[in-house]
Amino acid sequence: MTLYFMTFILFCIGMYALVVKKNLVKKIIGLVIIENAVNLFLILVGFRFDAEAPILEEGMGKMVAFVDPLPQAMILTSIVIGLGVVALLVAIAIRIYEKYGTFDISQIRELRG
Amino acid sequence: MIELHIILFFMILAALIAVEMRGLLNSVIALGAVGMGLVLQFLLLRAPDLAIVQLVVEILILILLIRATVKLDRPSESTLKENWAYVLCLLLFAGVFLWFGYRALEGLPLFGAPEMNVSDYYISNAMEQTGAANIVTSILLDFRAYDTLGEVTVLFTSIVGAIAVLRKIGRKQ
Repeated sequence: MTLYFMTFILFCIGMYALVVKKNLVKKIIGLVIIENAVNLFLILVGFRFDAEAPILEEGMGKMVAFVDPLPQAMILTSIVIGLGVVALLVAIAIRIYEKYGTFDISQIRELRG
Repeated sequence: MIELHIILFFMILAALIAVEMRGLLNSVIALGAVGMGLVLQFLLLRAPDLAIVQLVVEILILILLIRATVKLDRPSESTLKENWAYVLCLLLFAGVFLWFGYRALEGLPLFGAPEMNVSDYYISNAMEQTGAANIVTSILLDFRAYDTLGEVTVLFTSIVGAIAVLRKIGRKQ
């Protein structure tokens, strides 16, 4: 329960960076922190005490308990999609820096006139 | 499970440092600390496949963000003016969110005892139906292969988008 709640605090820190900070790189950092918090929360939900990693071995009985493999497979997809999102965001941020010479969104708004 | 708490506390500290540090390069390196803590958590939670993938992805994100920040070394950030109303709104929204989160967490099964209605079928049938010893791989590539196809589509779209944004030829001056 405290572990779940601490991932919520991590989510809040990322949301704070995403909403309040004016630097584009800080916003991307906040998004990555949110992704990490959500991935960790879903893996924590699938954890089971005294269980093995979901890999079958030779001579393993039927009664061995495994942790939940379904969230692990889905989070594997989610991590890779997160990498694609961050790559696209960094490309857009670099383009904005080439055009305006700053990462600060308030200065970009002033430059437009 | 005290080590999970310790590593999660370390991740929260690193996240705070990453958000509040003034230099951008320092923030990016602190973000790397958050990701490495996540790798350790995955290893302790018995998810070795996820730990490997998260390690590779974290290093790639670090390289991308350093590429974005390495050219400028001036801390050009106009800070928000902090007054009491701003701080009050911030604490209010964080408190409301955490309260609703706490109420939602009460309905979940307890930590360490998940309900595995679907996963039991996968565990008992993975070897006969797919022939893969790793159950995560058998779910990823056989039981739920269309999700992986969608993942590859998203990855392809993001790469095409990045190339279109960063292209040098055919751009109007």
